[in-house]
Amino acid sequence: MSENWEPKIIAFFCNWCTYTAADLAGVSRMQYAHNVRIIRVMCSGRMDPQFVLDAFAKGADGVLLGGCHPGDCHYIEGNYKALRRSALLKTMLQDMGIEDARYRLEWISASEGDKVQHVINDMAAKVKNLGPLGLPKKFADWDKEMDDLEKKIENKGEPAHVK
Amino acid sequence: MSNKPKIAFYWCASCGGCEESVVDLAEGILDVVKAVDIVFWPVALDFKKKDVEAMPDGSITASLINGAVRTSEQEEMAHLLRQKSQVVIAYGSCAHTGGIPSLTNQFAKEDILKYVYEDSPTTVNPNKTRPMTEYSDNNQTVTIPEFRNVVRTLDQVVDVDYYIPGCAPTPGLLKTAVDALLSSQLPPKGTVIAPDTALCQECPRLDSKPQDLAIQEFVRPHQIKIDPALCLLAQGLACMGPATRGGCEARCINGNMPCTGCFGPTSRVIDHGAKIASALASSVEAKEEDKIEKSLEGIPDPVGTFYRYGLAKSLLRMNNQIPRDNNQIITKEQ
Ligand code: SF4
Ligand code: FES
Repeated sequence: MSENWEPKIIAFFCNWCTYTAADLAGVSRMQYAHNVRIIRVMCSGRMDPQFVLDAFAKGADGVLLGGCHPGDCHYIEGNYKALRRSALLKTMLQDMGIEDARYRLEWISASEGDKVQHVINDMAAKVKNLGPLGLPKKFADWDKEMDDLEKKIENKGEPAHVK
Repeated sequence: MSNKPKIAFYWCASCGGCEESVVDLAEGILDVVKAVDIVFWPVALDFKKKDVEAMPDGSITASLINGAVRTSEQEEMAHLLRQKSQVVIAYGSCAHTGGIPSLTNQFAKEDILKYVYEDSPTTVNPNKTRPMTEYSDNNQTVTIPEFRNVVRTLDQVVDVDYYIPGCAPTPGLLKTAVDALLSSQLPPKGTVIAPDTALCQECPRLDSKPQDLAIQEFVRPHQIKIDPALCLLAQGLACMGPATRGGCEARCINGNMPCTGCFGPTSRVIDHGAKIASALASSVEAKEEDKIEKSLEGIPDPVGTFYRYGLAKSLLRMNNQIPRDNNQIITKEQ
């Protein structure tokens, strides 16, 4: 792994708390690691586990979900749904070989700009430590095994199955 | 030769249940046989690969291929039938979404071979002999198919026109598909021949499914006495009906067992396992982390449960730590 490699982290932040907090961090000129690409969702409860898997499959090295503190969700129950989904998703990710530190759920209220800074910096460092997940390249490599067969058959002069 | 439509059946990595479902057409099979010529069906009729090779390209009206693809031989047959057929239909869960065989995508090829040829309790193999894919003696070389690193769905290997879902598909769906072929009223390419709505919509227990499930804890079927009238999810069983395509006539539900997802997801869902995990987890009642975890203990193997028939089609595809540098095992970079 090259020294200069930097992880890509996709962050889903809820509109009412965490996204506002990220805004606050911005206007307060707090610096945080540049590795995150923030996607605004209306509520952490909008986060479908499919989004997380899709982010990893498309090349993210980490996924961060940020929502309002328990009891503070603008839609009352959304963040509890996020918490329950995350609990199950974490086990699934582990079983599929994605390290724990690559997925994280944090409660960050609109006034906690400093927490945005801290969480992003901390996560970026941990994911950097793990190294790239690099799924798109792995998928391509895995599928190369099928090309090999075709070459082998052609070289042997046997009738290739695709003419 | 008659000019009836020509049909081929083939099996890849499958249990034989899909072949059985064809036979399950019962007398209906006679109508099918009357209307079509079966030109290739290894399980029932004595045609050989060379017979297929001799057919002109595109001369088979439709090939119905069941089973997932694990070996180079299956790959080769899939390519051959694709070349000879106008329409290729992935028949059954394994061809459609990977099926039970694709659960092995959680394990590296080397681990599987080691278990089968060395470690399993019924194996006696002191020299740790393993089959070789190529062996030469006396200037003669014999080969056996390559065992791939992963199990693939049919459409991860060749272009597929239609899908008939199910483990195994119902005879009714096969009949629908054959009728569509015979009448040339074919749906758009890529169609899954089953309703595009969740099983819950056709479930006889739908009325007893509460709006707010508020699940206290998940349980497994052997742990409770299942009420035959009540929604299974409401009883804490991990029923996959809410995120699984209908069309199966709710056969498991009618057998008083929860849906295990063999029809795969509806067209709006990309990752079946993630979707059902989302639906089930969010129906839990608890609000604190430790209580949530306690409620979820009744699903000890979420990957095996939610991707039972579809790990090959999951977004992550498999255990990403499995090294796949062709045949050798490399340690994951730290
Ligand atoms: S969750 Fe299962 S038992 Fe309940 S309505 Fe849906 S399919 Fe039927
Ligand atoms: S609105 Fe912020 S978590 Fe629901």
